[in-house]
Amino acid sequence: MSIRHGLLALLERGPRYGSQLRTEFESRTGSTWPLNVGQVYTTLSRLERDGMVTQEGEDEAGHALYVITETGRAELRSWFRTPVDRASPPRDELAIKLAMAVGAPGVDIREVIQSQRHHTIQAMQDYTRLKAQALEAVPTDRDEVAWLLVLEQLIFQTEAEARWLDHCEVRLIRLAMMPGRGGTQPETPPGNPAAGSTPASATGSATAPASSAPASASAPSGGSTAD
Amino acid sequence: MARKSHQPHQSQPSQPAPPQQHSSKRPVLQLQELTRVHGSGATEVHALRGINLDVFPGELVAVMGPSGSGKSTLLTIAGGLDSPSSGRVIVEDTDITTVDRKQLAALRRRSIGYVFQDYNLIPALTAAENIALPRELDGTSARKGRVEALAALREMGLEELADRFPDEMSGGQQQRVAIARALVGDRRLVLADEPTGALDSETGESVLALLRTRCDAGAAGILVTHEPRFAAWADRVIFLRDGAVVDQTLRSQADSLLTGQAAEL
Repeated sequence: MSIRHGLLALLERGPRYGSQLRTEFESRTGSTWPLNVGQVYTTLSRLERDGMVTQEGEDEAGHALYVITETGRAELRSWFRTPVDRASPPRDELAIKLAMAVGAPGVDIREVIQSQRHHTIQAMQDYTRLKAQALEAVPTDRDEVAWLLVLEQLIFQTEAEARWLDHCEVRLIRLAMMPGRGGTQPETPPGNPAAGSTPASATGSATAPASSAPASASAPSGGSTAD
Repeated sequence: MARKSHQPHQSQPSQPAPPQQHSSKRPVLQLQELTRVHGSGATEVHALRGINLDVFPGELVAVMGPSGSGKSTLLTIAGGLDSPSSGRVIVEDTDITTVDRKQLAALRRRSIGYVFQDYNLIPALTAAENIALPRELDGTSARKGRVEALAALREMGLEELADRFPDEMSGGQQQRVAIARALVGDRRLVLADEPTGALDSETGESVLALLRTRCDAGAAGILVTHEPRFAAWADRVIFLRDGAVVDQTLRSQADSLLTGQAAEL
């Protein structure tokens, strides 16, 4: 997340004090990414070092008033023009976790998936509730609109995650059902997870989806942080 | 009503709604040990295996699960369109598995509203007439039926649709009318089977928002969907697999997400 550019964008609307910048940043993004004052001042001093902002006087309490420079404006324009880089995807803990869960001994990957799905859908419920509130108030000023956009981004992101989890589950089931898929690995790789319940999915003889491996690697099971 | 949304961690805690907190209210719908077996012998298929579910007034419950998990079976049995192999379905204190056909039909007219993917409005009737129909079938006079239908439309801000025929309405408008029909009169239970399936996502969203509003106003709803984004409008999301509930989420306090630790993720 670019605090740097966020602050420049706010400063373009006029000179601001550090604490003001923090408040405005947060109201734009609905406190989704809270900033502390320290971060704000560190960022401002780097911006100042790079010639993008300057100090112009201070208030009675000695807080500096910051102003954007021409260099800063140019930087900001170029930020808006340039797409966010996707070339080096950020590390995603969930992707890493599932990658590691494939074939991991004693790990029921379906449990891992379900516990994540629970958590992800619950997050979507929360975001959706906030969105419903935001819409009820008919967003008018730009902070409210900005907050709505941020919220919807969170919803889209969690939705993508939920869909991906569904996809992973289906893929694993399909792989597990493929007869004699070779490989030198132990019998179980991605079969392990689904093995218990897959054949049941259509006709259903085995009852419990939860299989042999309780809790070992699905440690964050239950998934819910909040309740 | 709800104000100032962009400080979620300060917004008043939206009461979490685990079922037990409803103890003062009676559920509109209760499913008890519900099973449904199709076929017999070697070809026997257990579509539902011992489902227990209470849905309270004011609550919207989403049911998710892979195809074949039993979602739609659950809904058709809850609405009295199919019978369980065992277990009880109690709608507003009446066990609909024990009543005779006539009583069941009356109960369906009076207490249960259905919303389908393809709207199922009667093409030859206007929106208001479609909404009034279940009331008239139930013995309400045509005039009173129309008054109620107009009230239902007004409550949803849809008055201007009253005299339009289904083919004069968009899909989203038809689905809104279907929701009005589902909840006309004393009906408090709405069963929605992929109600957004035929709609673009924006329209689907607004239909869900309407369903949400109706539940907030006191109706009880079950929503079957495979779309996480629509399920997210519910108070509870139930995950079905192979005919059994494997997991469910509860409404939590939205505050918990947007606090400090979210920033560190």
